[in-house]
Amino acid sequence: MLSSSRLILAHFWLAFIGFAGALLLGEWQMFMRSPLSAWISHPEWYYRSVTAHGTAMAYVLPTLVAMGFGYFITEAALKRPLIGQNWAWAGFILAAVGTVTAVIPVAAGEASVLYTFYPPLIGNAFYYIGIVLVVVGSWIWVALMSVNLRLWKRDNPEAPVPLAMFANVAGSYLWAWTAVGAAMELLFQILPVALGLKSTIDAGLARVLFSWTLHAIVYFWLIPTYISYYTIVPRAIGGRLFSDAMGRLAFILFLVVAMPIGIHHLFADPQVGAGFKFLHAFFTALVALPTLLTVFTICASVEIAARLRGGRGAFGWLKVLPWRNPIMLAVTFSFLLLGFGGAGGLINMNYQFDSTIHNTQWITGHFHLIFGGAIVIMYFAIAYDIWPHLTGRALASYGLMRAQLWTWFIGMVLLSFPWHWVGLLGMPRRMAYYDYSDPSLAPLATSVILSTIGGAILVASGVLFLVVLIRGHRGPAMDPGLYRFAEALHQPVRVPAPLNSFGLWLGLMIGLTVVNYGFPIAQLVANPATNVPPVFVGAQQ
Amino acid sequence: MSGSAHHDESAARAARLERNWAAACIAIVAVLIIVTAYAGIHQATMPQVTAETVDPTRLHLSGEFIESNLGSELRPDGTVLVRAIGQQYSFTPQCILVPADTPVRLRMTSPDVVHGFLIDRTTVNTMLVPGYISTIDARFPEPGERHMPCHEFCGNGHEGMWGRVRIIDKAEFQQLATAQRRVDCVE
Repeated sequence: MLSSSRLILAHFWLAFIGFAGALLLGEWQMFMRSPLSAWISHPEWYYRSVTAHGTAMAYVLPTLVAMGFGYFITEAALKRPLIGQNWAWAGFILAAVGTVTAVIPVAAGEASVLYTFYPPLIGNAFYYIGIVLVVVGSWIWVALMSVNLRLWKRDNPEAPVPLAMFANVAGSYLWAWTAVGAAMELLFQILPVALGLKSTIDAGLARVLFSWTLHAIVYFWLIPTYISYYTIVPRAIGGRLFSDAMGRLAFILFLVVAMPIGIHHLFADPQVGAGFKFLHAFFTALVALPTLLTVFTICASVEIAARLRGGRGAFGWLKVLPWRNPIMLAVTFSFLLLGFGGAGGLINMNYQFDSTIHNTQWITGHFHLIFGGAIVIMYFAIAYDIWPHLTGRALASYGLMRAQLWTWFIGMVLLSFPWHWVGLLGMPRRMAYYDYSDPSLAPLATSVILSTIGGAILVASGVLFLVVLIRGHRGPAMDPGLYRFAEALHQPVRVPAPLNSFGLWLGLMIGLTVVNYGFPIAQLVANPATNVPPVFVGAQQ
Repeated sequence: MSGSAHHDESAARAARLERNWAAACIAIVAVLIIVTAYAGIHQATMPQVTAETVDPTRLHLSGEFIESNLGSELRPDGTVLVRAIGQQYSFTPQCILVPADTPVRLRMTSPDVVHGFLIDRTTVNTMLVPGYISTIDARFPEPGERHMPCHEFCGNGHEGMWGRVRIIDKAEFQQLATAQRRVDCVE
């Protein structure tokens, strides 16, 4: 058993409770704006729900999973107790208090600004303060990851940092830096206005600062998933990781090029010129590299498992894979969804293609496919894999786990594929109501109903997930033994310094961000004539 | 000894495979970038080159976005310039009138919060950010009527913010535009 298992369980449970609530809200939204429901009498309820759904899914769930999984990796990979457990609890309490602080004004309808804030719309200050607290709590985690790695390296000079820990620390640094954009927007722009200290705000500047966070945050969500591809999947299916060095390279590439690309979210915005849009499109193409490398390495690792089980032939080995193993199922589904989502992403990165789908339902479909599909399905797998090591009890409901993963996959396909389709047909996003009696919207009705059914299947799958975990707390006590991460085909004995440390890469990450964001931000800050008065949001309106 | 030699050989083979795949990945990414750059240079759809600002608090008082100047204008060179604004929760003009098969340039902005719009079945799709002017070029081949919904959350009435674009015959538009300085769907 790990010394911090209670700490880790607390993180996962808070994450999954938020996830369950947000999942229900998501399906309610799908239903309310589908042809199955009449005109929603209070559209404000819909935007209130979108704000809560987005805040819980985009900030609370992934941040707490990354933190909890990070603490788990620190103990299990470095094979020693987590240093700074009191600080870790302080971080958790900040995140929990922040979540509650943010949820209250949202529930009261005082902060229906969606999780992307959209100034000059301004909600209740406590909503933003709550989010800042969650981020500050997560920064404690970043510091702890760094300290634990440093102390371990001091005691183990020259030894290769285990891949899981290397990736985990890379993810924490990525998060620390990418959160700075939204933090600047909140602290220097939104909060002063929400607290009544300032009376105007520059919406264009706010959008650029938010884009700093908005894209790399997706890679922060993705890092636990990629860690599980590299360090859990090969072991769980009885194989070997094809290459340890390629894993390190992939995480380094994420650290360096995930950051300076966020302006691709602003292709259609008037406050950024064409030059920087192209620069960011260029870097967006580069960020496909670590994913393409990962696809190769993980498929090769899976093939090794199949060959070890006696698989033969160019494709015949696929048959002997352990298909009844939940982790095998999860990684398969995750890769399929990543393939479709990634292809959609390559379309979005291109200004010319983007102009047909920008801010349509295609985009909502895209990030649900990537985040709700490829990423979250591996969060399930991570929980299934490590739960016995946290509870000291067997997690034996394999049938339920398989049913849960299958329903999530089917539900996500049914949810997001029609969503892409209606987006292509020009259906705008984030609306509480569509008039399906209009001849040009009527053809969308069937697709929207299919998505709503997909959402209902996802809710059922979410319930199954919680049932599996709760049953895990009541299973027979057992000794799960020492937790093992996947071993590489060629375990590294020594690793070159650049693949074992972060100094160079952090320098590049910050440098590229300054190059790609410095001028647009400076230009916008220099022109205060574009500021507008805030528009306050509240239920009384 | 032979075990170690075998190990080295397999490691070298794995590294070679990996290098080949990485080279293929880099080639894929390079092609994507070249396609994007080529399309940007040789096709009509391009983002506006530089940011253009306007004082959002004085739109109604002076400059090109005063109310009497909104609508479609027939330019001496035969092209059409449309000026419009989006505000909570409508567009002005709410229905934009344009001729078919004519180069049209839209110049739009917002006096209050962030809006956006797309014109369905076209590539016209942009954001309206207070303080900045969005310029986008379009050409509508056939007469008809299109939706022009706001596609960025702009407050509790967002779902009702649907503008329209009416595309009419070129000659008919010419007639209207010579009779009136600025035209929209309202006769």
